[in-house]
Amino acid sequence: MEQLIAVVIDGIIYSAWLFVAAVGLTLIYGVMKIVNVAHGSFYALGAYAAASITGVLLAHGMPPYWSYATLLGSAVLVTVIVAPLIERGILRFMYDKDEVVILLITYALFLIFEDVIKLIWGVNPYFVAEPYGLLGSFDIGDLTYPYYNLILVGVAIISGTGLYWMLNHTRTGKLLVAVIHDTEVSRAMGINVDRFYVATFAFGSLLAAIGGAYTAPTISVVPGLGVDVIVLSFAVVVIGGLGSLPGAALGAVIVGLVRSAAIHYLPQAELFVIYLVMAMVLAFRPRGLFSLAEARKI
Amino acid sequence: MNAIRKAIAAAAIAALVPAAAAAQDAPLKIGVVSFLSGPAAGPFGVPARNSAEIMFEMLNKGMVPAPYSTKGFGGHPLQMNVVDESGGTTTQVTEFRNMVQRDKVDMVIGYISSGSCLGIAPVAEELKKLTVFFDCGTPRIFEEHSYKYVFRTAATATMDSVGAALYVRDLKKGKIKSFAGINQNYAWGQDSWSDFEASMKKLVPGVKVTTSQMPKIFAGQYNAEISTILAGRPDVVHSSLWGGDLEALILQAGPRGLFKRSTVILTAGEPAMYKLAGSLPNGVVIGARGPYGPYAPHNALNTWFRKVFQDRYGVVPNYAAYHMAQAILGTKAAWEKAQAANGGKRPSQDQVITAFEHLKFESPAGEVDMANGHGHQAITGTAYGVTKKVHGKMTIAHIRRYPASEVNPPDGIKSSDWIASGFKR
Repeated sequence: MEQLIAVVIDGIIYSAWLFVAAVGLTLIYGVMKIVNVAHGSFYALGAYAAASITGVLLAHGMPPYWSYATLLGSAVLVTVIVAPLIERGILRFMYDKDEVVILLITYALFLIFEDVIKLIWGVNPYFVAEPYGLLGSFDIGDLTYPYYNLILVGVAIISGTGLYWMLNHTRTGKLLVAVIHDTEVSRAMGINVDRFYVATFAFGSLLAAIGGAYTAPTISVVPGLGVDVIVLSFAVVVIGGLGSLPGAALGAVIVGLVRSAAIHYLPQAELFVIYLVMAMVLAFRPRGLFSLAEARKI
Repeated sequence: MNAIRKAIAAAAIAALVPAAAAAQDAPLKIGVVSFLSGPAAGPFGVPARNSAEIMFEMLNKGMVPAPYSTKGFGGHPLQMNVVDESGGTTTQVTEFRNMVQRDKVDMVIGYISSGSCLGIAPVAEELKKLTVFFDCGTPRIFEEHSYKYVFRTAATATMDSVGAALYVRDLKKGKIKSFAGINQNYAWGQDSWSDFEASMKKLVPGVKVTTSQMPKIFAGQYNAEISTILAGRPDVVHSSLWGGDLEALILQAGPRGLFKRSTVILTAGEPAMYKLAGSLPNGVVIGARGPYGPYAPHNALNTWFRKVFQDRYGVVPNYAAYHMAQAILGTKAAWEKAQAANGGKRPSQDQVITAFEHLKFESPAGEVDMANGHGHQAITGTAYGVTKKVHGKMTIAHIRRYPASEVNPPDGIKSSDWIASGFKR
């Protein structure tokens, strides 16, 4: 029984991390129809900005509890600088191109960011371990978990429910849903689609940067950080259905729990179990669990 | 007509003689391969590249202490051609072909990843190019194949794993009922764990494995793995994780009490121990993949190497830097032995290979013996110790040294067979 509880807790912690990393990807695809490979770069930029800025502030005597705010502030700062630059400077000129071309452009951006990160931060690792152990830990049976893990779960819940509420219960959300369903008609009805594109890209990227920023205290921030994240995020959104918010949530929970169960009961299967789930879902529902029927356009 | 032929022949000889002399004095082009990007660059790749840079510079100036005080290799200046090891095995094979066929390097010294070494060895053989592996650990290179053009100047993962098992047995005085492992799911991690597991079962009869976790390389998230290990309450936890993965494990395992609950042995822990001194408690067993870093002996070569490296780069050299220096000095020793046998003239590649086989040479870490793999695979002794903070500074205590013969299989015997035989010689 204790092991089962551990499976669920470990699974939820991993799911929360996956959801925060992946939800921005599905949001950007839903609105802009861009499979954004550079999403992993925002995760890495968030982690680097958080580790370096928070690290410097802590070294200069900032009270340690403020570090939770500076992690968030670092993610916001890096996104505010980079995301509009990418969307307005590059992507907006590509919207009339084929989806595959845009995918290749975001892949090129991802590769460029890998080198930009190396130019700015070098290849040596960055650490900002203080926030991880600062809040203490709690015991469940024989196992100890830092309270910090709950922060990421909180971030996932807030970002997920916040997005859902915004899309379904606000005027802006309803306008965004209109853009998602038909860009041309939305434009004809007077909606400023370009503004929604910038805002969506920035907000989706911000979620990735927040994921990186709040993961930074638990890892060594090193080059190549965004590679694994983008692969896992794709698995999650493909399982859930590209562009679906509930799909991303369910995909993250499925992947998190299945991976956790594999590690506890069958460690040899850990390496491929996520992709096995993805293959099985796609075999029965090729457009993912929450895909909607698409109206045929003439 | 004969006079014309003679004149042409004389002109040809006159043209060739200076060319031959120039070839004798031409610099040696050496391809150096190390991670310059990606997660392995910081802990291993860049320190190894820095080590190569300073060693070539000092060798060209003739400033390395005896027995390496001659300039370059036997008086021939050295030219370094650096290549990034990242990008995977297929990329590396392409880069290797480029170095050999396009850039015409005289030899290649490189490779940190066991995956790279397994991929490059047959290509080096196909292209007939002297290739010296400096760091990768998988014992499979020379246990599953025999190579003429490939050498490795660092000992294999077997040395690390057997040494680790001997050390924890001695440290815990045999009172070990169970152990667990967390290793990366590729050649290095799998080989490290299988040798450690087999060694422990031989050294501590009746010991049980609670779990063997094999996360994929660069996973970075280990919460579930740590839970599984904690739940089994093992006496010892073995890990060969390195670089960012190791650092993430240390950061995540500390607050969860893993280091308090079990004796944790990190066979590749040395590059992380100073950086994460604040997160590593006392009593964690640290390996340096041989007698390097804090385990290096007090000799003139080591004192010199540590000083020049620290003066230039501001940090002490870690084991990857030592491995690179060792490979360069071993190749120099072989080259100069071949040159002496060739009457002082520039030796051919085959002559260097003959001189390299079964060579014994000095390195900053002591004597290296090319005893295994039919003279192509080095063996060295190793050492382990535990972390101990003295006035807030990270040090190593309870150091035990194990001679090469105790932690490496005899030549021609597979590591797994040697361990299964109860380490018989």
